[in-house]
Amino acid sequence: MSELKLISVTKRFNQVVAVNKLNLEVKKGECFSFLGPSGCGKTTTLRMIAGFEDLDEGELLVDGEVYSSSYKRYYLPPERRDFGMVFQAFAVWPHLTVWDNVAFPLQIRRIPKVEMEKRVKEALQSTGLSAMKDLYPSKLSGGEQQRIALARAVAINPKVMLLDEPLSNLDPKLREEMRFEIKDLQRRFGFTILYVTHDQAEAMALSDRMLVMNSGVVQQIGKPLEIYNEPANKFVFSFIGLSNFLKVRLRQGKAYPLDLEEGNPISHEAPSELGDVCYAAFRPAEVDLVSGSSGEGIPASVARSTFLGDLVDYRISIGNQEIRVQKPKKNGVLRNGESCRIRINRIHWFPLD
Amino acid sequence: MVDIYTKPKISAAQIVLLFSILVLVVVVGIPVILIFLTAFFEDGKLNIPGFLQILKDPDTYQALWNSLVIAFGTTLVSTSVGVFFAWLVARTDLPFKKTMKALFLVPFMLPSFIGALAWKVLLSPRAGYINKFLMVLLGLDTAPIDIMSMGGIIVIESMYLFPFVFLQVESALERMDPTLEESARISGAGLLTITRKITLPLVLPSILSGALLVALYSLAHFGVPAILGTEKGIYNIPTKIYERIYSSGGSFRAIRVGTILSTILVISAALILKAQDFLLKKGKYQIIAGKSMRPMLLKLRALRTPLLIVSILYIGITVILPTVTIFLVGGLKTYGLSFETKNLTWANYLEIFRWKMTKDAIWNSVYLSLGAALVTMLAGTMISYVIVKSRPKGKFILELLGVLPFSLPGTVIALGVILTWSGRFGINIYNTPWIIFVAYVARYMAFSLKSNSAALQQVSDSLEEASRACGATHFQTLKNIVLPLIRPGMISAFFLIFLPALRELTTSVLLYGPTTRTIGVAIYALNEDGETVRAAALASVALVIILIGETSIRKFLARLQKQE
Amino acid sequence: MSEIEFRSVSKSFGTKQVLKNLSFRIHPGECFTILGPSGCGKTIAVRLIAGFETPDRGIIRIGSTIVADGSKGYALPPENRNIGVVFQDYAVWPHMNVLENVLYPLRMQKVPKEEALQRARAAIKQVNMDGLEERLPYQLSGGQQQRVALARALVSKPAILLLDEPLSNLDANLREEMRFEIKELQKSTNSTLLYVTHDQEVALAISDRIAVMNEKGEFQQVGTPEEVYDQPANPFVFRFLGIANFIPVYVKEGKTFLTSNKKEFLPLPTKVQREDGIQAENLLAACRPMEVELSRTTGPLEGKVVRKALLGPIIDYRIDLGGTIVRAQLQTEEGSRKNLIFEEGDSCGVTFSRLLWFPRNGEGEGTHG
Repeated sequence: MSELKLISVTKRFNQVVAVNKLNLEVKKGECFSFLGPSGCGKTTTLRMIAGFEDLDEGELLVDGEVYSSSYKRYYLPPERRDFGMVFQAFAVWPHLTVWDNVAFPLQIRRIPKVEMEKRVKEALQSTGLSAMKDLYPSKLSGGEQQRIALARAVAINPKVMLLDEPLSNLDPKLREEMRFEIKDLQRRFGFTILYVTHDQAEAMALSDRMLVMNSGVVQQIGKPLEIYNEPANKFVFSFIGLSNFLKVRLRQGKAYPLDLEEGNPISHEAPSELGDVCYAAFRPAEVDLVSGSSGEGIPASVARSTFLGDLVDYRISIGNQEIRVQKPKKNGVLRNGESCRIRINRIHWFPLD
Repeated sequence: MVDIYTKPKISAAQIVLLFSILVLVVVVGIPVILIFLTAFFEDGKLNIPGFLQILKDPDTYQALWNSLVIAFGTTLVSTSVGVFFAWLVARTDLPFKKTMKALFLVPFMLPSFIGALAWKVLLSPRAGYINKFLMVLLGLDTAPIDIMSMGGIIVIESMYLFPFVFLQVESALERMDPTLEESARISGAGLLTITRKITLPLVLPSILSGALLVALYSLAHFGVPAILGTEKGIYNIPTKIYERIYSSGGSFRAIRVGTILSTILVISAALILKAQDFLLKKGKYQIIAGKSMRPMLLKLRALRTPLLIVSILYIGITVILPTVTIFLVGGLKTYGLSFETKNLTWANYLEIFRWKMTKDAIWNSVYLSLGAALVTMLAGTMISYVIVKSRPKGKFILELLGVLPFSLPGTVIALGVILTWSGRFGINIYNTPWIIFVAYVARYMAFSLKSNSAALQQVSDSLEEASRACGATHFQTLKNIVLPLIRPGMISAFFLIFLPALRELTTSVLLYGPTTRTIGVAIYALNEDGETVRAAALASVALVIILIGETSIRKFLARLQKQE
Repeated sequence: MSEIEFRSVSKSFGTKQVLKNLSFRIHPGECFTILGPSGCGKTIAVRLIAGFETPDRGIIRIGSTIVADGSKGYALPPENRNIGVVFQDYAVWPHMNVLENVLYPLRMQKVPKEEALQRARAAIKQVNMDGLEERLPYQLSGGQQQRVALARALVSKPAILLLDEPLSNLDANLREEMRFEIKELQKSTNSTLLYVTHDQEVALAISDRIAVMNEKGEFQQVGTPEEVYDQPANPFVFRFLGIANFIPVYVKEGKTFLTSNKKEFLPLPTKVQREDGIQAENLLAACRPMEVELSRTTGPLEGKVVRKALLGPIIDYRIDLGGTIVRAQLQTEEGSRKNLIFEEGDSCGVTFSRLLWFPRNGEGEGTHG
C-alpha cells in the first residue's frame, strides 16, 4: 500500500526550476532516501512534502488523502500534517529542557497528562535520553541533541518521518552509530522514513529504496545495490562510489584503450551502438592487477601507489590515461613505477558527452 | 657550534603591561577611589553616619527615587516599543522593510537633550505650540499635555533610547535559525503559539541585554531631566549633583554630597551589569543558523497598511517633528511668534558662527572630541592587546581595571576628575579644556576597549605565529600583521568615541569653565537663560554637523568593509 | 634538510604534564609523522620545535644548533630558527594577497627584491596557484588557502617543515589530493618534514616513519607505515591505525577457547606459542575487518550477521561470533561476485586471513573503530 504519492510535482524559485515533474510512490513502512549533490532539489522536495513550500504544479497525497494540490488550489499547513521532522542543525529549543522539548508537540495537541507522560517517557527511553530529561540542550553533545530531535519527532507517533541531512553535523563515528539508531526507532514505531542526504554511503546503508537526483530531475529510483551495480546513466555511476571512465575505441565488438589499439582489448563484449569512441566505466575494485610486463591483459604501469591500511590505492597509467584501482593489502602491494597488466571484470558503457 | 639566546629579565611585554596598568589607574582608578574616599571619609575618618544623613535628606532621597523611577519607566517603554518594531520588521510582511529598518535607527542620531528641547517647545504647559493649538481647538483653559513631568521625561527618553532594544532584537530575529520555528510548526503549533512559546523566549537574552543598556543609560542621564524636570523641581541624581555644585559655587560640601550620590549610582550600575551578566549567562545559547534560509513571515493581511502607517507616524513624530521644530524655532525673530515666513530669518544661524560663546563651543567640542577619540583609541588598542594577546603575569590587574569604565556613569567620571585634577596631586587643570579632555578619555575608554578587543579576538594566534616562523620579530609582526588586521576595529573605536563626544553633555556640564563650553553645554546654558531661539539655532547647527558626521562615517565604514 | 633531535624533553601546563622525557630523532630529509589522539601533546611537540613554546626540561636540536635547553632556560626565538610552519587553520594573512603572503618571509630575510619576486612566483607555481597571485584570501577556497600557506612555508627554503594537521579542515577529496601534493613537494625540496595528525590514513599514505603517541604523550611505537600497521607493538597501536577487532580468548592445554562462550577457537600458531608473554592464559586475538573472511558454509567458526550496512564500495557487517561482536568488511564487487551479500539474521562461516595475538590485561574486547 502506498503511503505517500507525488504526482508530477514541480517547484520554481524565480523562474529557476528546482524540482521538475517529480513522480514518486513511497510504500508504508519503507525507508526511502533522496540522494544528490547540494542544490539538486532534494531538500526542496522534502520541504514541499513537509508543507513549508507550496507546489507550483502537481499533487501530493498521503494515505490517499490530498495534502497539497496545485489543481485544487489546496494546501494543508505543516502544523496539521502530523509528520515528524528532524533537521540538520538539530533545531532543539535551547530554552526548554529535554523533557519539555519532547513534550511540546503533545502539549500542542492537548494530549491528557497521563498519556503524555507515558509517551514522552517512551520516546526518551528509546533514544537513550531518560537520564538527561531535566537538562537543557546546551549542556548536551551534538549527538545527544540530535537524539532529542528524534525523540520529539517520534513522540506524536507520526505516520511519516522526514529527515533532512540529520547526521551531517556529527562526526563520522557517531554518524554510523546514529544510522543504526534511526533504523531501530523505525522498527519500534513503524513509521515511513523519507531521508535526504548527499552522502551516498549513508543513503545506501539506510535505505530500502532510494532516488538519485540531479538539477531537479530524477536520475534513477531503485534498491541501493541495484543502483550501485546497474546505474542508469553516467551521473549515477559517478555520484555513487569511486569511478573510472576510460576512453576506448570500439572495433568489431572489441574495446581498446585509446592509443593502445594494437594490443589486447579490454573487452570482447562491447556494445555496438555507441559509435567509434566511448567510455568504459568501472569501479576501482573491479580491476585485477598482475605484476610484470608480459602475459594476459592490458599493459600498464603504477603511477602512484598509496598505502591506506586495509586497502592499497593505485593510480595506474594506461597509455595516456590514468585510472584508479583499490585492492585489499592482503593481495600484495605493487610499487611506484612498476609495470603491470590489468584486467577489468565488469564494465559499464557510456557514450562520450 | 652552539648558539645561545637568553631571555632578558624584563621583557618588552612587561613594560607595556606596566604602562597599560598605569594609564588605567591614572585615568579611571584614582578618580573612582577618590570618589569613594570622599563619600565615606571626612577629615581622614570613616564617617558612615554622615553618609547616611545625606541619604536621608528628603531632597537627595527624592532625587534617588526619581532616578530609579525614570530608569525603570524608560526601560519598560523602550523595551516594549523596541521589541514590537523589531518583530514587525523581522517577522512580518511589512512593506519597505529595509527602509523602515534604517529609519528606526535614526533616533540614535538625534541627541536626546535636543529632542527634549524640541518637545519642551511643543508641549510645555505654558507656551507649548501644540498645547496652545489644542487649547484653542478644544476650548480648554489649561494645557492638556504636560511634558515637564516624570511621565514626560520617561516618554521622551524612551523615544531616543528604544533603538538599543530594536537593534539587538531585530538582529537576533534575523540571524535565528529558521528551523527552530519550523520544527515547532511541524510539531503542530500555529504561528501565534510559535511566537509566544518559541520565538520570544529565544530572543529573550537579546531583549534583556538591550533593556539593560537602556536602564544603565537612563539611570545616569542628565540631558532630558535637566531640560524637562529642573524648572518644575524634578531632579534625578545627575541633575541634583549639578544643582548642588552650582548653587554652592563648587563648594567641597556640595562635592561631597555629589560623591555620595555618585556612589549610589556606581553601585546601581554595577548591579545592573551584574544582573546582565547573570541573565545572559543563563540564557547563553546559540540560535544562529549555519545556512541562511528565509524565515516564516506572518502575513499581516488587512493590518499591513495600518501598521505601516503607524510605523511611519512613529518616526515622523519622534524624529521629523522635533527636528523641524528645532530648525524653525532657531530661525524665529522672537520666541513665541508663529512659524510664518515673515517671522523667520537666516540671520540667527549665521549669528552662531559670529558670536564668541557659540563659536568657541563648536570649536571646543570639535577639537576635544577629535583629541579624546584619537588618544583613547590608541590607549585602548595597547591595553586590549595586552589583555587579549600577551600573557604576562599580572594581566589580571589589567582585566579588573579594564571592566571598571563600563560601570561608570558620566556624572561620576566628572566628579572623580574634579577630585583628581584640581591640584590634589600637584596638577590643577580645573577650568581648562584639559579637564574635559581627561574626562572624555575616562568616559569613552570602555568603548575603545570593547571595539579593540573584539577586533583582536578575531586575529587568531596562528596568524602571528606564522609571521614569527617566517622570520619576523615580535615588533615586525605587530606592525605588519596585527595592526593592519585590527585597523577596522580601531577606526570604528575612533568614531564610537568621536561622535558621542561631539554632543556630550552629562560630563561636560560639571566641568566647563567660562571659556571651555562645549556644544552641549552651550545649548543647555542658553536654554537655561531663556534664550530658546539661540539654543535652537545652535542645536540646528549641531544637528547638521552630527548628520554630516554620521553619514560620511557610515559611508566610510561601508567602504572599509567592502575592502576587507 | 636538517636533523631534529629531542633529548628528554618535558613540558607541563599548570599541573598537567603534556610531554615527559620524550626523546627521538628525525633524520635529514625524512617525512616523519606523529600520530595520536587529539590532546595527546603532539601539537606541543611541533610548537616546541617552532619556538612558540619552551621546554621545561630537555634539549631540542635542529641540525647542529641547540635551539632550546629547558634546564638552562634559553630558547632561540622562532624567527631565528629557519623553519616553515603550516597550521590547521591555514593562517594566511587576510589583508595580503597571495603574492604578498608568499613574499613576506623573503622580505623579512631582506632578500633582494628581484630575487624575492622570482622565488615567490616559483613557489606559487609549485603549489599550482599561478594565475591567482593577486587574489585575496577570502576569494580562495580552503584548499587554495592551504596551498598558499604551503608556498609561504616553502619559499624561504627552510631546513625543516612543520605541518600541524594541515588537512583536517578540508573535505575528503581535497584531503586526498593535498596529501599527495605535500609528499611531492617534500621530495622536490628535500626538506625534513614533521607532520602531526590524528588521521591514520594520511599518516600511512605520506610518512617515511610514523611515531604513534598515546594520550599521555608517550611514543608507543616508531616505524615505517608497514611496520606499525602489520606489526603493531600493542593493542593501542593496532586500534589507532584503523578499525580493530579484538576477540578475547583463553588458552587451555595448548588449545584456545572464546572467552564469551567457552567454545573452541582457532589453533594458536606455534610461533606465537613460543614468544614470550604469550604463554599467558588470557589472550586477545586481533584483526582488521577486511581480514575477517565470511563464507556460505558454516565452518570453521560459526557466526550470525547482526547488522549489515552497504557503504557503496564496501559492505560492512557486524558478526556475532559466540557472543563477541566482530566487524567484517569486503568490497561490494567481491561480495556480489562471490555471493557473500548476507541479510541480517543469516548464519555464516567465519575464518581469518590473519590474526595478531596480544596478551590480555584488562584491554577491551569486541570492535573498536
